[in-house]
Amino acid sequence: MGRLSVTLCGIELDNPVIPASGTFGYGVEFAELYDINCLGTFSFKGTTREPRYGNPTPRIAEAESGMLNAVGLQNPGVDAVIAEELPRLKKCFHKPVMANVSGFSVEEYVEVCRRLDAQAQVGWLEVNISCPNVHGGGMSFGTDPHMAAEVTRAVKAVTTKPVIMKLSPNVTDIAQIARACEDAGADAVSLINTLMAMRIDIRRRRPILANVTGGLSGPAVFPVALRMVWQVADAVGIPVIGLGGVSSAEQVIEMMLAGAAAVEVGAANLTDPWACQKIIDELPAAMDRCGIDNLRDIIGGAKQWEKT
Amino acid sequence: MKQGIYTVEENTPLAEGVFRMRLRGDTSAVTRPGQFINIRLDGKFLRRPISVCDWDDGTITIIYKLLGDGTERMSRYPAGKTLDVLTGLGNGFDVGRAGERPLLIGGGVGTPPMYALAKQLLAAGKRVQAVLGFNSAADVFYADELRDLGAAVRVATADGSRGVKGFVTDALAGLDYSYYYACGPEPMLRAVWKTAVTDGELSFEERMGCGFGACMGCTCKTLTGFKRICRDGPVLRKGELLWDD
Repeated sequence: MGRLSVTLCGIELDNPVIPASGTFGYGVEFAELYDINCLGTFSFKGTTREPRYGNPTPRIAEAESGMLNAVGLQNPGVDAVIAEELPRLKKCFHKPVMANVSGFSVEEYVEVCRRLDAQAQVGWLEVNISCPNVHGGGMSFGTDPHMAAEVTRAVKAVTTKPVIMKLSPNVTDIAQIARACEDAGADAVSLINTLMAMRIDIRRRRPILANVTGGLSGPAVFPVALRMVWQVADAVGIPVIGLGGVSSAEQVIEMMLAGAAAVEVGAANLTDPWACQKIIDELPAAMDRCGIDNLRDIIGGAKQWEKT
Repeated sequence: MKQGIYTVEENTPLAEGVFRMRLRGDTSAVTRPGQFINIRLDGKFLRRPISVCDWDDGTITIIYKLLGDGTERMSRYPAGKTLDVLTGLGNGFDVGRAGERPLLIGGGVGTPPMYALAKQLLAAGKRVQAVLGFNSAADVFYADELRDLGAAVRVATADGSRGVKGFVTDALAGLDYSYYYACGPEPMLRAVWKTAVTDGELSFEERMGCGFGACMGCTCKTLTGFKRICRDGPVLRKGELLWDD
Protein backbone atom coordinates (compact mmCIF):
# COMPACT_ATOMS: atom_id res chain seq x y z
CA MET A 1 0.00 0.00 0.00
CA GLY A 2 1.29 3.44 -0.90
CA ARG A 3 1.31 6.29 1.60
CA LEU A 4 -1.78 7.85 -0.03
CA SER A 5 -3.86 4.67 -0.11
CA VAL A 6 -7.00 4.17 1.94
CA THR A 7 -9.64 1.45 2.11
CA LEU A 8 -13.29 2.19 1.39
CA CYS A 9 -15.69 -0.59 2.38
CA GLY A 10 -13.13 -3.29 1.67
CA ILE A 11 -11.86 -1.86 -1.62
CA GLU A 12 -8.42 -0.28 -1.65
CA LEU A 13 -8.11 3.16 -3.23
CA ASP A 14 -4.71 4.41 -4.44
CA ASN A 15 -5.63 7.72 -2.83
CA PRO A 16 -8.72 9.17 -1.11
CA VAL A 17 -9.57 11.68 -3.87
CA ILE A 18 -12.93 11.08 -5.57
CA PRO A 19 -14.57 13.55 -8.00
CA ALA A 20 -18.12 14.09 -6.73
CA SER A 21 -21.24 13.18 -8.65
CA GLY A 22 -22.57 15.88 -10.95
CA THR A 23 -19.19 17.50 -11.51
CA PHE A 24 -17.53 14.75 -13.55
CA GLY A 25 -20.21 13.44 -15.93
CA TYR A 26 -19.49 9.80 -16.76
CA GLY A 27 -15.77 10.52 -16.88
CA VAL A 28 -15.08 10.79 -20.60
CA GLU A 29 -14.80 14.60 -20.80
CA PHE A 30 -12.05 14.51 -18.17
CA ALA A 31 -10.32 11.46 -19.69
CA GLU A 32 -9.59 13.70 -22.70
CA LEU A 33 -7.71 16.06 -20.36
CA TYR A 34 -5.74 13.69 -18.12
CA ASP A 35 -5.39 10.01 -17.22
CA ILE A 36 -8.30 9.63 -14.80
CA ASN A 37 -6.79 6.38 -13.49
CA CYS A 38 -4.82 8.64 -11.13
CA LEU A 39 -8.05 9.08 -9.12
CA GLY A 40 -9.05 6.97 -6.14
CA THR A 41 -12.28 6.47 -8.05
CA PHE A 42 -15.05 8.85 -9.16
CA SER A 43 -18.76 9.09 -8.52
CA PHE A 44 -20.64 9.30 -11.80
CA LYS A 45 -23.56 11.55 -12.67
CA GLY A 46 -26.71 10.86 -10.62
CA THR A 47 -28.65 8.25 -12.56
CA THR A 48 -32.40 7.67 -12.53
CA ARG A 49 -34.63 4.99 -14.08
CA GLU A 50 -35.88 7.22 -16.92
CA PRO A 51 -33.86 9.74 -18.93
CA ARG A 52 -34.29 13.23 -17.46
CA TYR A 53 -33.83 16.66 -18.97
CA GLY A 54 -33.79 18.33 -15.56
CA ASN A 55 -34.80 21.88 -14.75
CA PRO A 56 -35.21 24.81 -17.14
CA THR A 57 -32.24 27.17 -17.55
CA PRO A 58 -30.69 29.27 -16.05
CA ARG A 59 -29.48 26.46 -13.81
CA ILE A 60 -26.28 28.12 -12.58
CA ALA A 61 -25.57 31.22 -10.48
CA GLU A 62 -22.45 32.75 -8.96
CA ALA A 63 -22.02 33.15 -5.18
CA GLU A 64 -19.27 34.52 -2.97
CA SER A 65 -16.62 31.76 -3.03
CA GLY A 66 -19.01 29.31 -4.57
CA MET A 67 -21.85 28.64 -6.93
CA LEU A 68 -25.47 27.57 -7.04
CA ASN A 69 -26.77 24.85 -9.29
CA ALA A 70 -30.29 23.67 -10.03
CA VAL A 71 -29.56 21.14 -12.76
CA GLY A 72 -32.29 18.83 -11.50
CA LEU A 73 -30.71 15.43 -12.16
CA GLN A 74 -30.28 15.62 -15.92
CA ASN A 75 -29.10 12.16 -16.99
CA PRO A 76 -29.63 9.68 -19.85
CA GLY A 77 -31.36 7.07 -17.64
CA VAL A 78 -30.03 3.76 -16.36
CA ASP A 79 -30.50 1.87 -19.65
CA ALA A 80 -28.30 4.31 -21.58
CA VAL A 81 -25.76 4.42 -18.74
CA ILE A 82 -25.37 0.64 -18.93
CA ALA A 83 -25.52 0.41 -22.73
CA GLU A 84 -23.42 3.46 -23.64
CA GLU A 85 -21.69 5.28 -20.78
CA LEU A 86 -20.13 2.31 -18.98
CA PRO A 87 -18.68 0.71 -22.15
CA ARG A 88 -17.23 4.11 -23.11
CA LEU A 89 -15.79 4.54 -19.62
CA LYS A 90 -14.25 1.07 -19.70
CA LYS A 91 -11.83 2.23 -22.39
CA CYS A 92 -10.38 5.01 -20.24
CA PHE A 93 -10.92 3.98 -16.59
CA HIS A 94 -9.74 0.66 -15.22
CA LYS A 95 -10.77 0.94 -11.57
CA PRO A 96 -14.11 0.27 -9.86
CA VAL A 97 -16.39 3.30 -10.32
CA MET A 98 -18.87 4.69 -7.80
CA ALA A 99 -22.41 4.56 -9.22
CA ASN A 100 -24.52 7.48 -8.04
CA VAL A 101 -28.25 6.74 -8.01
CA SER A 102 -31.24 8.99 -7.57
CA GLY A 103 -34.95 8.35 -7.53
CA PHE A 104 -38.47 9.57 -6.97
CA SER A 105 -39.77 6.48 -5.17
CA VAL A 106 -38.33 3.64 -3.13
CA GLU A 107 -39.12 1.32 -6.05
CA GLU A 108 -37.09 3.47 -8.42
CA TYR A 109 -34.05 3.50 -6.12
CA VAL A 110 -34.35 -0.28 -5.80
CA GLU A 111 -34.57 -0.92 -9.53
CA VAL A 112 -31.72 1.39 -10.53
CA CYS A 113 -29.46 0.11 -7.74
CA ARG A 114 -30.22 -3.52 -8.59
CA ARG A 115 -29.31 -2.96 -12.22
CA LEU A 116 -26.12 -1.02 -11.53
CA ASP A 117 -25.07 -3.47 -8.80
CA ALA A 118 -24.91 -6.12 -11.53
CA GLN A 119 -22.34 -4.16 -13.55
CA ALA A 120 -18.79 -5.43 -13.08
CA GLN A 121 -17.31 -1.92 -13.36
CA VAL A 122 -19.33 -0.67 -10.38
CA GLY A 123 -17.52 -0.88 -7.06
CA TRP A 124 -19.91 1.03 -4.81
CA LEU A 125 -23.43 2.40 -4.99
CA GLU A 126 -23.82 5.95 -3.74
CA VAL A 127 -27.49 6.56 -3.11
CA ASN A 128 -28.42 10.23 -3.38
CA ILE A 129 -31.21 10.97 -0.91
CA SER A 130 -30.25 14.61 -0.81
CA CYS A 131 -30.82 16.38 -4.16
CA PRO A 132 -32.37 19.76 -3.29
CA ASN A 133 -33.42 20.56 -6.87
CA VAL A 134 -36.23 18.14 -7.63
CA HIS A 135 -39.73 17.80 -6.25
CA GLY A 136 -41.16 14.60 -4.85
CA GLY A 137 -37.82 12.82 -4.72
CA GLY A 138 -34.21 13.28 -3.80
CA MET A 139 -33.98 15.32 -0.64
CA SER A 140 -37.42 14.34 0.66
CA PHE A 141 -35.93 10.89 1.38
CA GLY A 142 -32.89 12.33 3.11
CA THR A 143 -34.55 14.75 5.50
CA ASP A 144 -36.56 12.17 7.42
CA PRO A 145 -34.74 9.37 9.32
CA HIS A 146 -37.54 6.86 8.70
CA MET A 147 -37.58 7.50 4.94
CA ALA A 148 -33.76 7.39 4.80
CA ALA A 149 -33.80 4.05 6.61
CA GLU A 150 -36.51 2.70 4.32
CA VAL A 151 -34.52 3.51 1.16
CA THR A 152 -31.36 2.06 2.72
CA ARG A 153 -33.06 -1.20 3.72
CA ALA A 154 -34.77 -1.60 0.35
CA VAL A 155 -31.54 -1.00 -1.61
CA LYS A 156 -29.47 -3.26 0.64
CA ALA A 157 -31.96 -6.07 0.10
CA VAL A 158 -31.29 -6.19 -3.67
CA THR A 159 -27.56 -5.39 -3.85
CA THR A 160 -24.26 -7.09 -3.14
CA LYS A 161 -21.88 -4.13 -3.35
CA PRO A 162 -21.23 -1.55 -0.65
CA VAL A 163 -24.05 0.98 -0.33
CA ILE A 164 -23.11 4.57 0.52
CA MET A 165 -25.98 6.87 1.50
CA LYS A 166 -25.36 10.48 0.39
CA LEU A 167 -26.78 12.85 2.98
CA SER A 168 -28.29 16.31 2.89
CA PRO A 169 -27.06 19.15 5.08
CA ASN A 170 -30.54 20.70 4.93
CA VAL A 171 -31.65 19.01 8.15
CA THR A 172 -31.72 19.82 11.84
CA ASP A 173 -29.57 16.87 12.91
CA ILE A 174 -27.52 15.15 10.22
CA ALA A 175 -26.08 12.67 12.74
CA GLN A 176 -29.59 11.35 13.39
CA ILE A 177 -30.10 10.66 9.64
CA ALA A 178 -26.65 9.03 9.44
CA ARG A 179 -27.46 6.75 12.39
CA ALA A 180 -30.77 5.77 10.79
CA CYS A 181 -28.90 4.77 7.61
CA GLU A 182 -26.30 2.81 9.58
CA ASP A 183 -28.99 0.99 11.56
CA ALA A 184 -30.74 0.10 8.27
CA GLY A 185 -27.57 -1.53 6.94
CA ALA A 186 -25.70 1.23 5.06
CA ASP A 187 -22.03 0.41 4.49
CA ALA A 188 -20.96 4.07 4.51
CA VAL A 189 -22.33 7.61 4.31
CA SER A 190 -21.14 10.54 2.20
CA LEU A 191 -21.78 14.16 3.09
CA ILE A 192 -22.59 16.90 2.38
CA ASN A 193 -24.75 17.44 -0.68
CA THR A 194 -25.37 21.10 -1.53
CA LEU A 195 -26.97 23.64 0.80
CA MET A 196 -30.31 25.01 -0.37
CA ALA A 197 -29.80 28.60 -1.47
CA MET A 198 -30.95 31.32 -3.86
CA ARG A 199 -29.88 34.54 -5.64
CA ILE A 200 -31.95 37.40 -7.03
CA ASP A 201 -31.04 39.52 -10.06
CA ILE A 202 -31.60 42.99 -8.58
CA ARG A 203 -31.83 44.71 -11.96
CA ARG A 204 -34.59 42.41 -13.20
CA ARG A 205 -36.03 41.86 -9.69
CA ARG A 206 -36.36 38.13 -10.16
CA PRO A 207 -34.56 34.98 -9.00
CA ILE A 208 -31.54 34.14 -11.20
CA LEU A 209 -32.31 30.41 -11.24
CA ALA A 210 -35.37 29.32 -13.22
CA ASN A 211 -35.96 26.81 -10.40
CA VAL A 212 -35.84 29.79 -7.97
CA THR A 213 -33.73 27.83 -5.45
CA GLY A 214 -30.61 25.78 -6.00
CA GLY A 215 -27.79 24.08 -4.13
CA LEU A 216 -24.76 26.03 -2.87
CA SER A 217 -21.36 24.40 -3.28
CA GLY A 218 -17.73 25.48 -3.51
CA PRO A 219 -15.21 26.80 -0.98
CA ALA A 220 -17.93 28.73 0.90
CA VAL A 221 -19.45 25.51 2.24
CA PHE A 222 -16.22 23.76 3.31
CA PRO A 223 -16.33 24.73 7.01
CA VAL A 224 -19.99 23.66 7.25
CA ALA A 225 -19.21 20.34 5.58
CA LEU A 226 -16.21 19.77 7.84
CA ARG A 227 -18.32 20.37 10.95
CA MET A 228 -20.97 17.90 9.76
CA VAL A 229 -18.37 15.24 8.87
CA TRP A 230 -16.97 15.69 12.38
CA GLN A 231 -20.41 15.23 13.96
CA VAL A 232 -21.36 12.24 11.81
CA ALA A 233 -18.00 10.48 12.24
CA ASP A 234 -18.63 10.72 15.95
CA ALA A 235 -22.14 9.29 15.66
CA VAL A 236 -21.61 6.24 13.41
CA GLY A 237 -19.20 3.33 13.14
CA ILE A 238 -19.32 3.02 9.34
CA PRO A 239 -16.93 4.96 7.07
CA VAL A 240 -17.74 8.59 6.30
CA ILE A 241 -16.86 10.17 2.95
CA GLY A 242 -16.33 13.91 3.38
CA LEU A 243 -17.24 16.40 0.68
CA GLY A 244 -18.25 20.01 0.34
CA GLY A 245 -16.02 22.74 -1.02
CA VAL A 246 -12.78 20.72 -0.95
CA SER A 247 -10.30 22.26 -3.38
CA SER A 248 -6.78 21.59 -2.08
CA ALA A 249 -4.58 18.81 -0.71
CA GLU A 250 -4.62 20.57 2.67
CA GLN A 251 -8.42 20.43 2.77
CA VAL A 252 -8.33 16.70 1.97
CA ILE A 253 -6.12 16.27 5.04
CA GLU A 254 -8.43 18.48 7.10
CA MET A 255 -11.49 16.42 6.12
CA MET A 256 -9.69 13.20 7.04
CA LEU A 257 -8.64 14.59 10.41
CA ALA A 258 -12.34 15.33 11.02
CA GLY A 259 -13.11 11.67 10.38
CA ALA A 260 -13.43 11.18 6.62
CA ALA A 261 -12.18 7.85 5.26
CA ALA A 262 -12.16 9.31 1.75
CA VAL A 263 -12.85 12.73 0.26
CA GLU A 264 -14.94 13.83 -2.70
CA VAL A 265 -14.13 16.94 -4.71
CA GLY A 266 -17.02 18.66 -6.48
CA ALA A 267 -17.27 22.26 -7.64
CA ALA A 268 -13.47 22.60 -7.93
CA ASN A 269 -13.60 20.35 -11.03
CA LEU A 270 -15.80 22.89 -12.78
CA THR A 271 -13.53 25.91 -12.39
CA ASP A 272 -10.29 23.92 -12.79
CA PRO A 273 -10.79 20.75 -14.85
CA TRP A 274 -7.42 19.43 -13.64
CA ALA A 275 -8.25 20.09 -9.95
CA CYS A 276 -8.30 16.45 -8.77
CA GLN A 277 -5.08 15.57 -10.57
CA LYS A 278 -3.39 18.59 -8.97
CA ILE A 279 -4.71 17.74 -5.50
CA ILE A 280 -3.38 14.16 -5.79
CA ASP A 281 0.00 15.44 -7.03
CA GLU A 282 0.22 17.89 -4.15
CA LEU A 283 -0.80 15.47 -1.38
CA PRO A 284 2.68 13.98 -0.63
CA ALA A 285 4.26 17.42 -0.12
CA ALA A 286 1.30 18.59 1.99
CA MET A 287 1.63 15.42 4.11
CA ASP A 288 5.35 16.03 4.54
CA ARG A 289 4.69 19.55 5.76
CA CYS A 290 2.24 18.16 8.34
CA GLY A 291 4.46 15.25 9.40
CA ILE A 292 2.08 12.61 8.02
CA ASP A 293 3.59 9.30 6.87
CA ASN A 294 0.44 7.52 5.73
CA LEU A 295 -2.92 9.15 5.04
CA ARG A 296 -4.87 6.17 6.38
CA ASP A 297 -3.37 6.80 9.83
CA ILE A 298 -4.91 10.25 10.23
CA ILE A 299 -8.62 9.43 9.77
CA GLY A 300 -10.38 11.03 12.74
CA GLY A 301 -7.00 12.20 14.01
CA ALA A 302 -8.37 15.41 15.52
CA LYS A 303 -10.92 13.54 17.62
CA GLN A 304 -8.94 13.84 20.85
CA TRP A 305 -10.02 17.47 20.87
CA GLU A 306 -13.72 16.58 21.01
CA LYS A 307 -15.68 19.05 23.15
CA THR A 308 -16.50 17.60 26.54
CA MET B 1 -9.28 22.71 -24.59
CA LYS B 2 -6.17 24.13 -22.98
CA GLN B 3 -5.54 26.03 -19.78
CA GLY B 4 -2.98 28.81 -19.85
CA ILE B 5 -1.82 32.09 -18.41
CA TYR B 6 -2.46 35.03 -20.73
CA THR B 7 -1.25 38.62 -20.56
CA VAL B 8 -3.59 41.53 -21.23
CA GLU B 9 -2.13 43.60 -24.08
CA GLU B 10 -5.06 45.89 -24.69
CA ASN B 11 -8.34 46.54 -22.85
CA THR B 12 -10.18 49.54 -24.23
CA PRO B 13 -13.74 50.82 -24.62
CA LEU B 14 -15.19 50.20 -28.09
CA ALA B 15 -18.78 51.45 -27.78
CA GLU B 16 -21.29 52.23 -25.02
CA GLY B 17 -20.52 49.67 -22.26
CA VAL B 18 -18.53 47.46 -24.64
CA PHE B 19 -14.80 46.70 -24.31
CA ARG B 20 -12.21 45.00 -26.47
CA MET B 21 -9.44 42.96 -24.83
CA ARG B 22 -6.43 41.44 -26.53
CA LEU B 23 -4.68 38.60 -24.70
CA ARG B 24 -1.22 37.22 -25.44
CA GLY B 25 -0.52 33.52 -24.94
CA ASP B 26 -0.90 30.05 -26.46
CA THR B 27 -3.68 30.09 -29.07
CA SER B 28 -3.17 26.55 -30.39
CA ALA B 29 -6.45 25.27 -28.90
CA VAL B 30 -8.55 27.78 -30.86
CA THR B 31 -9.55 26.04 -34.07
CA ARG B 32 -12.78 27.59 -35.36
CA PRO B 33 -14.57 30.94 -35.39
CA GLY B 34 -17.51 30.88 -32.97
CA GLN B 35 -15.59 29.16 -30.17
CA PHE B 36 -15.23 30.83 -26.77
CA ILE B 37 -12.75 31.18 -23.92
CA ASN B 38 -13.46 30.95 -20.17
CA ILE B 39 -11.69 33.51 -18.00
CA ARG B 40 -11.02 33.29 -14.27
CA LEU B 41 -11.50 36.69 -12.61
CA ASP B 42 -10.10 37.79 -9.26
CA GLY B 43 -12.67 37.34 -6.52
CA LYS B 44 -15.12 35.35 -8.65
CA PHE B 45 -15.68 31.61 -8.37
CA LEU B 46 -17.12 30.88 -11.80
CA ARG B 47 -15.18 31.71 -14.93
CA ARG B 48 -16.68 34.11 -17.49
CA PRO B 49 -17.29 32.63 -20.95
CA ILE B 50 -16.62 35.13 -23.79
CA SER B 51 -16.67 34.44 -27.52
CA VAL B 52 -13.49 34.83 -29.55
CA CYS B 53 -13.58 37.78 -31.96
CA ASP B 54 -10.26 37.05 -33.63
CA TRP B 55 -7.02 35.18 -33.03
CA ASP B 56 -3.57 34.70 -34.53
CA ASP B 57 -0.43 32.78 -33.57
CA GLY B 58 0.08 34.65 -30.32
CA THR B 59 -3.04 36.64 -29.45
CA ILE B 60 -6.76 36.23 -28.83
CA THR B 61 -9.10 39.22 -29.16
CA ILE B 62 -12.42 39.28 -27.31
CA ILE B 63 -15.17 41.89 -27.17
CA TYR B 64 -17.37 41.93 -24.09
CA LYS B 65 -20.27 43.90 -22.69
CA LEU B 66 -20.46 45.17 -19.10
CA LEU B 67 -23.28 43.08 -17.67
CA GLY B 68 -22.45 42.84 -13.99
CA ASP B 69 -19.78 42.94 -11.33
CA GLY B 70 -17.56 40.39 -13.12
CA THR B 71 -17.32 42.21 -16.43
CA GLU B 72 -17.00 45.55 -14.57
CA ARG B 73 -13.90 44.18 -12.84
CA MET B 74 -12.60 42.84 -16.13
CA SER B 75 -12.92 46.26 -17.75
CA ARG B 76 -10.49 47.69 -15.16
CA TYR B 77 -7.70 45.18 -15.84
CA PRO B 78 -4.61 47.08 -17.09
CA ALA B 79 -2.19 45.99 -19.80
CA GLY B 80 0.34 43.58 -18.34
CA LYS B 81 -2.17 41.87 -16.02
CA THR B 82 -2.09 38.05 -16.29
CA LEU B 83 -5.21 35.89 -16.44
CA ASP B 84 -5.95 32.16 -16.09
CA VAL B 85 -7.92 31.23 -19.22
CA LEU B 86 -9.37 28.05 -20.74
CA THR B 87 -9.25 28.29 -24.54
CA GLY B 88 -10.68 26.37 -27.45
CA LEU B 89 -14.13 25.78 -25.93
CA GLY B 90 -17.26 24.96 -27.94
CA ASN B 91 -17.80 23.67 -31.45
CA GLY B 92 -17.69 26.92 -33.44
CA PHE B 93 -19.09 27.64 -36.89
CA ASP B 94 -18.78 25.22 -39.80
CA VAL B 95 -17.30 27.27 -42.66
CA GLY B 96 -17.68 24.28 -44.98
CA ARG B 97 -21.41 24.91 -45.32
CA ALA B 98 -21.18 28.54 -46.38
CA GLY B 99 -21.82 28.25 -50.11
CA GLU B 100 -20.67 31.13 -52.31
CA ARG B 101 -22.62 34.01 -50.70
CA PRO B 102 -22.78 33.47 -46.92
CA LEU B 103 -24.72 35.93 -44.76
CA LEU B 104 -23.39 36.79 -41.30
CA ILE B 105 -25.93 38.15 -38.81
CA GLY B 106 -24.75 39.68 -35.53
CA GLY B 107 -26.81 41.33 -32.83
CA GLY B 108 -25.00 43.48 -30.23
CA VAL B 109 -22.23 41.47 -28.60
CA GLY B 110 -23.19 38.64 -30.95
CA THR B 111 -21.19 40.57 -33.55
CA PRO B 112 -17.60 39.73 -32.44
CA PRO B 113 -17.44 36.07 -33.59
CA MET B 114 -18.57 37.25 -37.05
CA TYR B 115 -15.20 38.98 -37.48
CA ALA B 116 -13.01 35.86 -37.50
CA LEU B 117 -15.72 34.03 -39.43
CA ALA B 118 -15.75 36.73 -42.13
CA LYS B 119 -11.95 36.60 -42.33
CA GLN B 120 -11.96 32.84 -42.94
CA LEU B 121 -14.78 32.97 -45.47
CA LEU B 122 -13.20 35.85 -47.40
CA ALA B 123 -9.88 34.02 -47.43
CA ALA B 124 -11.72 31.09 -48.98
CA GLY B 125 -12.94 33.38 -51.76
CA LYS B 126 -16.56 33.73 -50.60
CA ARG B 127 -18.67 36.84 -51.17
CA VAL B 128 -19.45 37.74 -47.56
CA GLN B 129 -22.43 39.88 -46.55
CA ALA B 130 -23.10 40.95 -42.97
CA VAL B 131 -26.12 42.41 -41.21
CA LEU B 132 -25.44 43.88 -37.78
CA GLY B 133 -28.11 44.98 -35.32
CA PHE B 134 -27.75 47.40 -32.41
CA ASN B 135 -30.03 49.54 -30.22
CA SER B 136 -28.71 52.87 -31.47
CA ALA B 137 -25.79 54.54 -33.27
CA ALA B 138 -23.74 54.85 -30.05
CA ASP B 139 -23.80 51.07 -29.64
CA VAL B 140 -22.51 50.21 -33.10
CA PHE B 141 -19.09 48.56 -33.36
CA TYR B 142 -17.13 46.56 -35.93
CA ALA B 143 -19.26 47.58 -38.92
CA ASP B 144 -16.24 49.42 -40.36
CA GLU B 145 -13.81 46.64 -39.40
CA LEU B 146 -15.94 44.08 -41.27
CA ARG B 147 -16.15 46.43 -44.26
CA ASP B 148 -12.36 46.84 -44.19
CA LEU B 149 -12.01 43.06 -44.40
CA GLY B 150 -14.05 43.15 -47.59
CA ALA B 151 -17.57 42.23 -46.43
CA ALA B 152 -20.70 44.05 -47.60
CA VAL B 153 -22.23 45.37 -44.36
CA ARG B 154 -25.74 46.57 -43.49
CA VAL B 155 -26.46 48.06 -40.06
CA ALA B 156 -29.87 48.13 -38.38
CA THR B 157 -30.62 50.14 -35.23
CA ALA B 158 -33.78 49.81 -33.17
CA ASP B 159 -34.14 53.61 -32.93
CA GLY B 160 -33.14 54.29 -36.53
CA SER B 161 -30.20 56.49 -35.54
CA ARG B 162 -27.96 54.57 -37.96
CA GLY B 163 -28.72 52.42 -40.99
CA VAL B 164 -32.04 50.64 -41.34
CA LYS B 165 -34.58 51.42 -38.60
CA GLY B 166 -35.60 48.20 -36.90
CA PHE B 167 -34.11 44.78 -36.22
CA VAL B 168 -31.66 42.69 -38.23
CA THR B 169 -34.61 40.90 -39.81
CA ASP B 170 -35.79 44.26 -41.23
CA ALA B 171 -32.46 44.54 -43.04
CA LEU B 172 -32.60 41.11 -44.68
CA ALA B 173 -35.01 42.16 -47.44
CA GLY B 174 -33.53 41.89 -50.93
CA LEU B 175 -30.39 40.07 -49.85
CA ASP B 176 -29.38 37.05 -51.89
CA TYR B 177 -27.47 34.54 -49.75
CA SER B 178 -26.49 30.88 -49.82
CA TYR B 179 -26.37 30.12 -46.07
CA TYR B 180 -26.43 32.11 -42.84
CA TYR B 181 -24.52 32.32 -39.56
CA ALA B 182 -26.20 34.16 -36.67
CA CYS B 183 -25.18 35.16 -33.16
CA GLY B 184 -27.07 37.43 -30.79
CA PRO B 185 -29.74 37.54 -28.10
CA GLU B 186 -32.29 34.73 -28.21
CA PRO B 187 -35.24 36.87 -29.43
CA MET B 188 -33.08 37.92 -32.39
CA LEU B 189 -32.10 34.32 -33.12
CA ARG B 190 -35.76 33.30 -33.06
CA ALA B 191 -36.66 36.09 -35.48
CA VAL B 192 -33.79 35.15 -37.80
CA TRP B 193 -34.75 31.47 -37.64
CA LYS B 194 -38.29 32.39 -38.77
CA THR B 195 -37.31 34.96 -41.39
CA ALA B 196 -34.12 33.80 -43.10
CA VAL B 197 -34.88 31.71 -46.18
CA THR B 198 -31.83 29.41 -46.38
CA ASP B 199 -30.33 26.83 -44.07
CA GLY B 200 -28.04 28.22 -41.42
CA GLU B 201 -26.50 27.91 -37.99
CA LEU B 202 -27.04 29.93 -34.84
CA SER B 203 -24.80 30.57 -31.84
CA PHE B 204 -26.39 30.63 -28.36
CA GLU B 205 -25.44 31.84 -24.93
CA GLU B 206 -26.44 30.54 -21.51
CA ARG B 207 -25.23 30.82 -17.93
CA MET B 208 -22.52 28.16 -17.60
CA GLY B 209 -20.94 26.31 -14.72
CA CYS B 210 -17.87 24.71 -16.26
CA GLY B 211 -17.84 25.58 -19.99
CA PHE B 212 -16.57 22.16 -21.09
CA GLY B 213 -19.51 19.77 -20.71
CA ALA B 214 -19.16 18.45 -17.17
CA CYS B 215 -21.90 20.07 -15.12
CA MET B 216 -25.00 20.02 -17.38
CA GLY B 217 -25.67 23.60 -16.32
CA CYS B 218 -26.43 24.96 -19.80
CA THR B 219 -28.33 22.14 -21.52
CA CYS B 220 -31.12 22.89 -24.01
CA LYS B 221 -33.57 20.58 -25.76
CA THR B 222 -33.22 20.11 -29.53
CA LEU B 223 -34.72 17.83 -32.16
CA THR B 224 -31.49 15.82 -32.01
CA GLY B 225 -31.51 15.44 -28.21
CA PHE B 226 -30.25 17.39 -25.23
CA LYS B 227 -27.37 19.67 -26.17
CA ARG B 228 -24.88 21.27 -23.79
CA ILE B 229 -24.50 24.81 -25.12
CA CYS B 230 -20.88 24.85 -23.92
CA ARG B 231 -19.71 21.64 -25.55
CA ASP B 232 -22.23 20.47 -28.17
CA GLY B 233 -22.74 24.17 -29.02
CA PRO B 234 -22.67 27.10 -28.75
CA VAL B 235 -23.45 26.76 -32.47
CA LEU B 236 -26.56 24.73 -33.34
CA ARG B 237 -27.93 23.96 -36.80
CA LYS B 238 -31.17 25.62 -37.90
CA GLY B 239 -32.79 22.20 -38.39
CA GLU B 240 -32.08 21.10 -34.81
CA LEU B 241 -33.96 23.88 -33.08
CA LEU B 242 -37.18 23.07 -31.29
CA TRP B 243 -38.89 26.44 -31.64
CA ASP B 244 -42.43 25.76 -32.82
CA ASP B 245 -43.98 29.22 -33.09
